[in-house]
Amino acid sequence: MARVHLSAGLRDLTGGVANIEIEASTVGRLIKSLDQMFPGIGSRLSEGSSVAINGEILTDAEYEKIPASAEIHFLDILQGG
Amino acid sequence: MMAVIEENPGYKWVGTRPIRPDGLEKITGKARFGADSILPGMLYGSVVRSPHAHARILSIDMSAAKSMPGVKAVITSADFPDLALNGGSAGDIDMSNNVMARAKVLYEGHVVAAVAANTREQAKAAADAVIVNYEVLPHVLTVDEAMADNAPLLHDGMYTKGIDPKPEKPSNVASRVVHERGDLDKGFAEADLVIEREYTTKPVHQGYIEPHAAVADANSDGRAHIWCSSQGHFQMRAHTATVLGVSPGTIKVTAAEIGGGFGGKTVVYLEPLAVRLSQRAGRPVKLVMDRDEVFRASGPTSGTRIKVKMGVTNEGQLTAADVWMGYEAGAFSGSPVGAAGMTVIACYDIPNFFVEGFDVVVNKPRVAAYRAPGAPMAAFAVETVMDELARGINIDPIDLRLQNAVVEGTQASYGPKFPRIGFVETLEAIKNHPQYTAELGPNQGRGVAAGFWFNAGMNSSATVHINENGTATVVVGSPDIGGSRQSMALMAAEELGISYENIQPVVADTETVGFNDVTGGSRVTLATGAAVVDACRVITADLRARAAKTWDVEIDDVEWVDGQAQHVDGSQPPLSLADLAGKSGRTGGPISATASLNARGVGAAFSTQLCDVEVDPETGITRVIRYVSAQDAGRAISPAYVEGQMQGGVAQGIGWALNEEYIHNSSGVMENASFLDYRIPVASDLPMIDTVIVEVPNPAHPYGVRGVGEVGIVPPMAAVANAISDAAGVRMKDLPMSPVKLLEALNEKGK
Repeated sequence: MARVHLSAGLRDLTGGVANIEIEASTVGRLIKSLDQMFPGIGSRLSEGSSVAINGEILTDAEYEKIPASAEIHFLDILQGG
Repeated sequence: MMAVIEENPGYKWVGTRPIRPDGLEKITGKARFGADSILPGMLYGSVVRSPHAHARILSIDMSAAKSMPGVKAVITSADFPDLALNGGSAGDIDMSNNVMARAKVLYEGHVVAAVAANTREQAKAAADAVIVNYEVLPHVLTVDEAMADNAPLLHDGMYTKGIDPKPEKPSNVASRVVHERGDLDKGFAEADLVIEREYTTKPVHQGYIEPHAAVADANSDGRAHIWCSSQGHFQMRAHTATVLGVSPGTIKVTAAEIGGGFGGKTVVYLEPLAVRLSQRAGRPVKLVMDRDEVFRASGPTSGTRIKVKMGVTNEGQLTAADVWMGYEAGAFSGSPVGAAGMTVIACYDIPNFFVEGFDVVVNKPRVAAYRAPGAPMAAFAVETVMDELARGINIDPIDLRLQNAVVEGTQASYGPKFPRIGFVETLEAIKNHPQYTAELGPNQGRGVAAGFWFNAGMNSSATVHINENGTATVVVGSPDIGGSRQSMALMAAEELGISYENIQPVVADTETVGFNDVTGGSRVTLATGAAVVDACRVITADLRARAAKTWDVEIDDVEWVDGQAQHVDGSQPPLSLADLAGKSGRTGGPISATASLNARGVGAAFSTQLCDVEVDPETGITRVIRYVSAQDAGRAISPAYVEGQMQGGVAQGIGWALNEEYIHNSSGVMENASFLDYRIPVASDLPMIDTVIVEVPNPAHPYGVRGVGEVGIVPPMAAVANAISDAAGVRMKDLPMSPVKLLEALNEKGK
């Protein structure tokens, strides 16, 4: 089970839920599961977020595998200079 | 100076300081920058810009301009597809409307038309002859004005994202970001000292010496070739194609040498105009901004208002932080307030916090990235409060930071746990530096500040060719804005085991090398470097196979050591790269490899800086008399360039701290759009900026790279402000800390 942390900016869609445990093998499947639980969150996460898996921030991570007991954070996409 | 955390594991080339590959061409004037391309039959373009900060375009009369001598083409927004009608994304629509205004102008300098003619003078005269009728609208220039009740709206359909429930009325606030943890009230109740302050910063420009420039040559078959100066020619291709409504595959972009970017050359301005003018005229077209246009129409960074409240115990434990940030986005949404929210307290492990940020549109040029976008302003606020907290509880300011510093495993304020990082090492490097305890003279003061930046990975490609004499060509698609050609060559030399001088690094055009994301986010040495390393490793595996074929042995019997194939038992005379390359036709043909990747394993960067200033109480002039910057580079592939990046960030930060600002009049017109009136630091303004390269290698990169281009600009404003406070006893909360403002503060203090 991955432990998913939902930032304060997403909680309008999660009804205030901040953390949740979900079984998912990839980031894409995790987002699908979250979207079923919290309708509308899928597009926000797919288009406007990068994801941190066990501390490593990844972009374009839809097919990234999620290790067992991973800690997942969705973050704003960053712009560098 | 280097702070040795982990010894160099015996690299021969990585970490050395050879002659830079672009040096000769640049010092002899042969290097070709954006404006240097000249094509047969080339026309010159000129752009018509809005004189108003906010106005509705009622009509554009181009008839006089079209009939003027030498004029070959005049274009307006009617010459570009309206992406709002073609299913374009919100971001693409904004980009297109920033390139050429449609219906409304949103800032002074916004493009409304463009002209191409035989000569520059003819083009300029024709641009002046374009008659635009405007209905001038009320404008907003600051976060406060834009967020006020009943403020004039830039975009009627802008409803703030991130607010639940969705607002009923549109506003100038594009979005709200929030980060929170713990119990804020409890945190402040536990504090022995609480400091609450409010800060403002002004928009500042990246100040690259080379203005934006583009030459486009469009063919009648719909294809076009662009030569331009940018931080990412693949991005210029993609964005130009989007604005023109064509396939990126119809556009080829050749990267010119770049005379500075710092984030500001990640944006498309002139390229779509040049292509469309070239299409209309049937001849190549060159467009070059002058400095006035660079200031008025290319992206500065955000002006901000930031409120910070922090609490600490008498023992030096931070207990709570409450941060409010309003960031100007310019005319279209997209300020770096998201990154600001994630970085503002990222240096510290604070159990209770609430960070709230707002992305606010105003009638100024659309902001663009600028080194660690969003972080420096936030750090100015928090790091000056940290200084006040340290003084308030009588603790050394570095000790306060050490006591609360994030380390490997700390849950970052923006979410995940930090991997191996080197913040503590940078703090210790400054604390141990002799300047930290050096004596100060009259009217002198010392300040320290720290900063964090994520760095980035993203997509990169590289190709490595082995030439017939055993030399190598390294082909990348990342424009070199900070020494990346040298760092690519050094890593390739290390991998191939040949001399750095035998490697030629090349930045290729969009049709010659695989896709590369923009050169930004301090990512190229990490990501494109990883692609180069991967390609080199494919080549060395190939070389081992060729040697095995030559010796009629198994590949596992062959090692690649010091640039030559060696049999593991020494039974064969070694084969050098030159030996194998010279006979490559007999062992399978030319030796070459390509690698492409979406880089993983990004390593975050921290910097701690020490500033000594002297304040003239008579004039309010602040002189920076000594500066030391310590930064975790991971592993410094090219230490000379790393030092240059560190010094450059500090120099720009000192300018931001003391002098630089956009000044607008009450009509929203910029009043200081030249380097005479917008004062960036020159050599005589700056002391020697000492550097301490801290090497805490990034374990996820083959050479330990983190990325060094951005974090150096995060601490300087706070370091300077803290030093001024130490010298003069006044807390400066509004940037720039110009002589006039400082004198006012000193006079106020003296009352």
